[in-house]
Parts: sequence; structure tokens; C-alpha cells
Amino acid sequence: MKDKPIIDQPPVLLVKSSFQRLIDLLHKKGYRVLGPALRDGAVLWDTIRQVSDLPVGWRDVQEPGRYRLEETGSHDIFSVVHGPQSLKPLTFAPREPLLQIERTKDGFSVRPALPDEEKVAVLGARACDLAGLAIQDHIFLKGAYRDPYYEARRKGLLVIAVNCTRALATCLCASMETGPRATSRFDLVLTELDDSFLIEAGSEVGRELLAELSLTVASKRLVEEATHRIDACARSQVRRVDRSRLPQALYDAHEHPRWDVVAARCLACGNCTMVCPTCFCHRAEEPADLTQQYSEHLRLWDSCFTQEHGYIHGKNIRPTTKDRYRMWLTHKLASWVDQFGTSGCVGCGRCITWCPVGIDLTEELPVLLTQDRT
Amino acid sequence: MRDVADPQRPNPYEIHPATIVGRIPEAEDIETYRLQYVNPAMRRAFRFAPGQFNMVYAFGVGEVPISIVSDPDEPDLLDHTIRVVGRVTKAIAHLKPGDILGLRGPFGVGWPLDEARGRNVIIVTGGLGCAPVVGAIEYIFRRRDRYGAMKILHGVKSPHDLLYRERFDAWRRHPDTEVLLTSNQPDKTWRYHVGVVTELFEQVSIDPAKSMVLMCGPEIMMRLGVPIFMRRGIPATAIYLSLERHMECGIGLCGHCQLGPYFLCKDGPVMRYDRVMPLLGKAGV
Repeated sequence: MKDKPIIDQPPVLLVKSSFQRLIDLLHKKGYRVLGPALRDGAVLWDTIRQVSDLPVGWRDVQEPGRYRLEETGSHDIFSVVHGPQSLKPLTFAPREPLLQIERTKDGFSVRPALPDEEKVAVLGARACDLAGLAIQDHIFLKGAYRDPYYEARRKGLLVIAVNCTRALATCLCASMETGPRATSRFDLVLTELDDSFLIEAGSEVGRELLAELSLTVASKRLVEEATHRIDACARSQVRRVDRSRLPQALYDAHEHPRWDVVAARCLACGNCTMVCPTCFCHRAEEPADLTQQYSEHLRLWDSCFTQEHGYIHGKNIRPTTKDRYRMWLTHKLASWVDQFGTSGCVGCGRCITWCPVGIDLTEELPVLLTQDRT
Repeated sequence: MRDVADPQRPNPYEIHPATIVGRIPEAEDIETYRLQYVNPAMRRAFRFAPGQFNMVYAFGVGEVPISIVSDPDEPDLLDHTIRVVGRVTKAIAHLKPGDILGLRGPFGVGWPLDEARGRNVIIVTGGLGCAPVVGAIEYIFRRRDRYGAMKILHGVKSPHDLLYRERFDAWRRHPDTEVLLTSNQPDKTWRYHVGVVTELFEQVSIDPAKSMVLMCGPEIMMRLGVPIFMRRGIPATAIYLSLERHMECGIGLCGHCQLGPYFLCKDGPVMRYDRVMPLLGKAGV
């Protein structure tokens, strides 16, 4: 699923003090602009009208089980790497009606509740998020069945990525080969420098936007500076996953005693699956309607950590937390490869940060893959 | 919100109303519902293979995956054998002929009945999990001359659990057909073998090179039973299992029905044994 490079023009320069021009242009083109916004001690996607809506002068510190925002005093716009949300909730809604079903004289009638095709520009997607988007595109659009709900949201999405120049302690995109440089599935990609942004287009729409901004080509020195910062970001990552023996070695580790050790810590809360950019499990629900005349057939995100996930009449396939953590990790890093041709992990590190007890897959995996089972 | 249906791209989540045209009692808590699409165009266009399933919808409650057990040459009327086990099936049990259910399907991969042509077919079922093979058995008997010898092996715990008693008696009367029943907790009325179903696998006469095995029932029966057939010379590639997992969508997207790398709703529910051999009996898989 590796896409070929999509940039065919040299980077152009936008001085930081003119960043509002980009936001204004997106509004003029009819996009609702979403970007990271400070909310409840983290960043969430929210409507951006001006630069000051973005977390200017803030950065995030992430560690296993820990997320903190700090003020830096700088005028950097994109120093917060990411919050709990990847792009996933923008294309695969956490809760959405699939069908509206109404009782009629003869039975019932069914009306698909497809979302409106809305133009949304998301500002500040990271390379790991784009890798997650590529995986979800593959699942929802390229399989035997195409998901029209996902498709409607995806169609209207304009992606403005930001190359990472700062790695978190939880980042592992370099070892998953998904970042820190964005290489596909963006319309524009920015690299933030001290006083300016380098911008490159990755699609026809992106090229048209750049043409309207009529910016000058960036100097060789600044291009080198950008490359240097992105490379340094990759080198500074402290976590990694060794995939050389995957998927087989993890299948072979099914009886490893380490699963019991991690299960003793795991709360089976499902946070890791909610923040994961690739997890796609969902379930259907029909909230009771007191009049019994109308029913909404909903789809909600589900998690393999729930009691119900593996339930079939009278029997639970995965009754224990150990079964569920093993299912999640084995799916993510092993069976995903057999199913979709790539790893299900894009190296964003969110599962590490947002785990309430700080379970870290980069710590568990090497132990699970160690032959010596002591 | 849009409600425009694009005929070129059917919405795989769309439920289509179907009338209950008949209810056939099979056993306590089990009935076969004969359904017919309300929309004549759906009725004409619908095709399925034995072993495939539909998502059956009860208004205001939800959907459950149910195997289609009627004959694929008569896709106008679709039989679904349903046991009351949960919220949706309970809601369905309250409906009567003339009432409306919803259907979405057909989904999954069914029994290899073309490949089985000209071969002896051994059909194995256990416990209550019999419905998916009933369609295959009836299919073969309607085309009896295309297939070799038929052996139907069925095991129950107590005689009380023996469903489809009349069907077993009817099947027994077909030419070149053997029906072997067993119970491991028999009562005085039990006229058949006493013991677990895997004992029948040892006893039944088979020509391993010419035989194909179709199995449906508890996974433990498959896990313990398949090695017996293999020891008797039937290759893993001639043994097919209908497997069961939780399913919410039927189209390989909801993630619940995974068995190792497979999604049983689209890669199964019928799986060739050699593909799932290492996965069966693994805890939590």
C-alpha cells in the first residue's frame, strides 16, 4: 500500500506572519476549517477561524499514561504534535445513523441516512495520521463492500498535513516507516521553520490553492533546513518496533507467559482502540423509541476489549482480559498484515499515551518475541 | 442528510423488508421462517448459495446472522431456521405470518457443493448447530444422482435435543444414504448408537479418496473429530467446517467475526479445514 511520491514541484515559502492567508483562502473556497484546538488539557479537532484558534506557543509532552500541555513562549503554531484524535473520527464517525426506519401500515420503510457531502479542510494532520487514513481508506473503500458513509465524509476532506520536526517520547513512526515526513494522501503539506512555512502540494486541488496564494519558491537553504529538522525528528525517536519477525513470531507467541503479566495491568478500558487511527471495529444499535413508530439504526465504534465483542449465544470467545489484549496486539501487528498487507500500527504512540496504566506495546513486544519464556 | 440511493453502488447496510409467509415449527424454541422480499425487483434479483447467510432484522431491535436453508433454485422464498437465544430472536418469535422482517444479504461463502459433485458426502452435525447443513443436505437430495453415497452423522447429548426428527427419518429413506445418530445421555426410547458423535466417525464406512466431509456444530466436535477423519485417510482439503463468531455487519467491516487472519462473515462461514487447522482450539482466537 506504499503510495508513490505525490510532490512534483519545489516547496514555496509562506512567512509565518501571513499564515492567516491560508486559513482565509480555505474559507473563501467554501471549506469548514478544522485544526488542533486547546480543549480540556489536550488538543481536539475544532473549527479554526484565525491563527489564534490554533495552539500557538504550546507543546505537548507525552509519556506512557501521561499527556500534558506546556507553554513554550514561542510563536510556533504546530508544536503540539497530536491529541487523542487521529483523522479517524472525521471519516469514520464514532456514532452515526446508518438507516432511519419508520413503521408503515404494511410493515416498515427504510431510508439510508448518508451524511451530507461537506467540504472540510483539516489543518495539521501528521504523517502517522495520513498512514492511518490510508489504512482506513483501504478497509472501507477497497474491499468487497464499499462503505458509502465513510466514502461521503472522505470525499469532502481536504488534508493539510504538517511534517513533524519534533518527536514525542511515545512516537515510533520512524520504525514503522510512516513518518515523520508526510509522503501521501495530503493536498498540502507544511514544514514549520522559525519564521516561515515551506509548503508543498500533493494533489491537483493543493496545486490550485498554492497557485492562488502565489508564493515564491523557497531558498535551497530553507529546504535543507526543513529536511534537516525532519531527519533529526526521526533520529530523536526513542521507541521502536522490530517488525523483522512479524507477523509469524507473534502468532507463535500465543502461549507466552507475558500475556498474563500485561493482562494483570490492563484495565480492558478500550482507550487504545478508541485513539488508534486504524482500529475499525464497530457495532450496531437501535435506541428504543417509546412510540415504537420510528427506529434509528446506529453504528458506533466498538472495541475488542469489551465483554460483548466476542460473545455468541451463551459463550464468550475471549472471556479474559488476557484474551482481549492478545487479540488486540496480535491483530494490530500480525493478522492485520495477512488481512490488509500492512501493519495495523502506524507508530503514532497514542495507545501508549492514553493507556491509563501506561502499557507500552514497544515494551511488551520484545518480551513476547523472546524465545526464552522465563 | 441525503437519502438518495445510488443504484450503481448499492448500500451494503441497507435493510430490505420481507414478509413472513410461513412459520414452520422445528422444535421447542426453534422455527423456520419462510420470508419473501416485499419489493418484487429484490425478489427477482436475489440469488444465494447453500451455507450463505442473511442478516435478519427485527424492527426497532436489530439484526442477527441467519443461514439460508431453503433451495437456491427457488430464491423467491427464503427459509431461515431461528432459535430463540437473544433479544433479536426473541422479537422475531413474537411475529406471525404476514408480519414484516428485514433482510440484508446474502453474505459469506457457502458449502462447496459443486466441488462435491460425483463424490461421497459425509455430513456431520452435533448439538443444536444443525441448520447450516440442513440446506446442504436438502440441496443434495434434490439432485441425488449428481452425488455419490451420503452419510449423515448426528450427535446429541440427550434424545430430547434431537431436532428435525422427521427430517432424519425422511433422509434415511433416500437411496444410498446412511443416517447415524448417537446420544451420550440416552433414555429408554433411544434406538440408535450410544456415545459421543466422534465414535461414529470411527465406525462409519468410508472411501477416503472419494469422500468429502461437511461439518457444522460445536468447535470441540470439529477439533476432536477432524483428526479421526484425517487418520482414516481423508485429506484436510476435503473437509469443510461451518464456523460461528459474533457478527454485526456481515460485510467484513465490523471486526467481530475474526478468526486469526480471517473474517468469517466474508471468508467463511464455511472454511476448508486446512486453512483454519492451526486456529481451532486456540484459546481466545
